[in-house]
Amino acid sequence: MDMLAGKVKKTSQNLDSAMNPTDVLDRPIRLTARDVTVHYGAKQALHGISIDIPDRAVTAFIGPSGCGKSTFLRCINRMNDTIEGAKVGGTIKLDGEDIYDPSLDVVELRARIGMVFQKPNPFPKSIYDNVAYGPRIHGLARNKTDLDEIVVSSLRKAGLFEEVKDRLNEPGTGLSGGQQQRLCIARAIAVGPEVILMDEPCSALDPIATAVIEELIDELRENYTIVIVTHSMQQAARVSQRTAFFHLGNLIEQGQTEDIFTNPVNKQTQDYIMGRIG
Amino acid sequence: MATDMQTSSSASADRRKLVRSGLRRRHMNEQIFRAFGIAAIALALGFVALLFVDVFRKGIPAFIQSNVHLSVTYDPAVIDVGPAPARADFGSEAEYNAASLKWQRDLALLNWNTIVEASLRKSVPAGYEISSRELLAIPETNARHALREKFVQDPSLLGQTVEVDVLASANTANWVKGNIDRSLGDAQQQLSAPTRGLIDIFEENGTITNGFAWSIFTNVDSRSAPASAGLLGAFVGTLWMMLIVVVLAVPIGVAAAIYLEEFAPKSRLTDLIEVNINNLAAVPSIVFGLLGAAVFINWFHLPISAPLVGGLVLTLMTLPTIIIATRGALMGVSPALRQAALGMGASKTQMVFHHVLPVTFPSILTATILGVAHALGETAPLLLIGMKAFVASVPATPLDQAAALPVQIYLWQGNENRNFFEPRTAAAIMVLLGVMILLNGVAIYLRSRLEKRA
Repeated sequence: MDMLAGKVKKTSQNLDSAMNPTDVLDRPIRLTARDVTVHYGAKQALHGISIDIPDRAVTAFIGPSGCGKSTFLRCINRMNDTIEGAKVGGTIKLDGEDIYDPSLDVVELRARIGMVFQKPNPFPKSIYDNVAYGPRIHGLARNKTDLDEIVVSSLRKAGLFEEVKDRLNEPGTGLSGGQQQRLCIARAIAVGPEVILMDEPCSALDPIATAVIEELIDELRENYTIVIVTHSMQQAARVSQRTAFFHLGNLIEQGQTEDIFTNPVNKQTQDYIMGRIG
Repeated sequence: MATDMQTSSSASADRRKLVRSGLRRRHMNEQIFRAFGIAAIALALGFVALLFVDVFRKGIPAFIQSNVHLSVTYDPAVIDVGPAPARADFGSEAEYNAASLKWQRDLALLNWNTIVEASLRKSVPAGYEISSRELLAIPETNARHALREKFVQDPSLLGQTVEVDVLASANTANWVKGNIDRSLGDAQQQLSAPTRGLIDIFEENGTITNGFAWSIFTNVDSRSAPASAGLLGAFVGTLWMMLIVVVLAVPIGVAAAIYLEEFAPKSRLTDLIEVNINNLAAVPSIVFGLLGAAVFINWFHLPISAPLVGGLVLTLMTLPTIIIATRGALMGVSPALRQAALGMGASKTQMVFHHVLPVTFPSILTATILGVAHALGETAPLLLIGMKAFVASVPATPLDQAAALPVQIYLWQGNENRNFFEPRTAAAIMVLLGVMILLNGVAIYLRSRLEKRA
């Protein structure tokens, strides 16, 4: 218990340093998490995570397997709700609004916070229907022309339109892995989210497809708040402006990506970045 | 150094020898297992082939029926009931109907067998001695009804001669098809010596001919005229029941499975329900029959022997199968698809109906058709709700008394005219198997089509 308290304290120290004006990007804070805990049954997966996520920037969560980074990501759009026996504590606020407030509709929340998963998971429907699905269920398009426009612009933003414009009616599952993942990004963009969560979006892709997605993430940052979980430190270094290092369910260190990689404060962070743990 | 290498090379040679000595045994085990598998498949296929060969060998002759060709003269001396009433002679519809019914009743009271006999006698060679009774054993007993029916339809036939084919009696058919040992003595034959002799003559002079037995498909069951017994009533009865099963079991089963799998909280209660459903699938079907008799007939007072009750009982029997199969299909849907839908902000219901169900639809459909096919062949529960009654009519509604295909097979199997009904039972089995193969074919077709589309 003492150890735990110590860790929480340490985290808030890091947070304080994160609040340090020299450290913060010139971006307002979009998401705030305070003392977030997650229990799967009797097992505690997250121990008091507190973090601020700035608007229109890429925040990367890194750490060894099982460190809780994906679990925390899934708290942000309440995907943990769907897991039997998962219990989330603490508060997460989007623009000052508690997302775990019982009066808040999770369906609306997920329209505001989109998600891209580890393995590309397009619906077994046509490319068009994949992208049109979100706008359809949320009633975002008034008519067919509107919907067409949303689909085309979403595919454009995901950098996929040129490749698939002649086969919008073919199944999305027939695309290559990298294209499928961009289709999933287009699908997430189509509902006009404010935040996009990406759970190791490139782990199932080859290096070339990965490079394309990374470039895309860099472009999307102009308009969206992006949180990305990644196994690859190089990727975190390439795409993110802020990085948070998780270990064994604790947030060990967070800060500007450059600082984390060049000058980590914590010994564990240093070890991980040097490849000594993980 | 050199010795080290030598020892290591000899050690690796030893290892290889060890592996090689085990190899033979490993290969042999594989061979034995393969041989075992092939033998099992051969045995299973052999039994299926045996079943089909046996059923077809016995059943195919039943699709040939013997007809007796008659040159019927509607003799005015026999048919002396006066002219058929005409609508124009009567003021009201009721009066006309009454007169018309009276005329038909008068016709029914005539001895039509004299006309049948006279027609038959035309084909008997001169000098052949045979009594009326012996002669009338050749056509089926309903020949007289057929002739009368023809006259009722067309009263202008009076005094005319028309050519008519009537069914030969079951005993005649047995003799013609060789279903009976011709060397047996008179005491052991169903037909007398003059009748048997005349049948042979009739076959030669073309009075008795063989043709395809459409009557199996167009007639209802019959005991007084066994040669005319057909499957239409039982077929329609089965159709009604299957309709009820499909209409009730599919929506209820699929909805229950979806709720249990997707929405129900995991608790002790749902566990209990799950165990019970699994157990229900293993309950002997006759128990469902008892339940049906107790609940639907004794309590709800639904009619005995009706397809409605049969359909309800078979629905209860099919439900667990459909629920289990549907749950299995839903369980098999990848979590990635569910997450994709939920991550897009789809509600749980939208996730299920937009994404999960379409993917599992082919499996659910196949399971359903197989469940229905299983219900189609079920006999035991139907016996307990009174469906073993002899019913000689086509059910117009699910509340009418009806027979069912498998029960019809059971009833024919028990008929005392073994020589005639053994082939006919096999023929009925062929029809039932045909319906099942058709259903399975539809399942396979739809499945492959839907899977291609998905």
